[in-house]
Amino acid sequence: MCTMIARQVKIEGCGKGASGWFNLHEADVSYDHPFHAPYEHALNIDFVNESQGPGARVAVELSLEAARTLVDTIQAVLSRAEAGGYLEQVPGGN
Amino acid sequence: MYQTDMYEGLMAETVMIHGDKGDVINAYFARPLGAGPLAGMVLAHHLPGWDEWYKEITLKFARMGYATICPNLYCRVGHGTPEDVAAKARAAGGVPDDQAVADLAGAARFLTAQPTSSGKVGIFGTCSGGRHAYLAACRTPIYQAVVDCWGGRVVMSESEATPNQPVAPIVYTKDLASPLLGIFGNDDFGPTPDQVNQHEAELKKLGKNYEFHRYDGAGHGFFYHNRPMYRQEQAVDGWNKTFAFLEKHLK
Repeated sequence: MCTMIARQVKIEGCGKGASGWFNLHEADVSYDHPFHAPYEHALNIDFVNESQGPGARVAVELSLEAARTLVDTIQAVLSRAEAGGYLEQVPGGN
Repeated sequence: MYQTDMYEGLMAETVMIHGDKGDVINAYFARPLGAGPLAGMVLAHHLPGWDEWYKEITLKFARMGYATICPNLYCRVGHGTPEDVAAKARAAGGVPDDQAVADLAGAARFLTAQPTSSGKVGIFGTCSGGRHAYLAACRTPIYQAVVDCWGGRVVMSESEATPNQPVAPIVYTKDLASPLLGIFGNDDFGPTPDQVNQHEAELKKLGKNYEFHRYDGAGHGFFYHNRPMYRQEQAVDGWNKTFAFLEKHLK
């Protein structure tokens, strides 16, 4: 079914889409029909910049298990970075 | 029935129509060549959007003898690839029900305004389009037949209501004036077999003209030949039942 379960969050960063890199402003997270992944439902994340139109989109469609693993992995990596004192934001830094 | 010595010809093109609030939206329109008269079909596309599958079945319905139109219900989202546009609509929780119903009515009016029109129009949809087709048939008494293929959330709990979909379509069942064909997979999670039963009970209670077909070994979207959920045997039978139903009520 179409669950219509979707949420948008403001983000900062960059994504590489069909036309190259662009600034990301939003992430659209849904649990609904994917376009390509072979599941009836997937955890879909669209990293977008709405001001640039629908084509400014980096898409992933994840299985439920993959989505949960990804969340845990992001948290683990951030925790390790924090423990190492790396989490300060340096504008323009690498 | 088609015979191999018959002439066939189709015309298919993008057209602009008036939808909700008079907005100009685009639509894919296909019809058999000839003077008619032709019954019409409005196709309500699914959540994955105004996509290749819906363009294909627009041609399929036209080949079966119907002037067929599939309006782009996501037109106001913007333009881009069908997936990018549909992703944006998905992120917004779909389009407002009122808007979709009015866009579909605009498509029906476009059909009946054609010089080849017989005056009869049906509506078909799958997934969210099945829900929209049912909702449109209940709320706009301009259709002579409606086909709802696995429309999810026709039966909705209060917690499922959203600003875009504030009312469960089953609530409008009393207003349904056209015959209904429902096609469902028994392995579907939405609508579940229990929700299909609830829907049927309401139709039966209100004395509506309907036929429901439930398929074992099939889940959601089993007509979609480009997706893993495709089920050949059930899809062939479902298409046959669809066109037999439309032949009975529109021709």
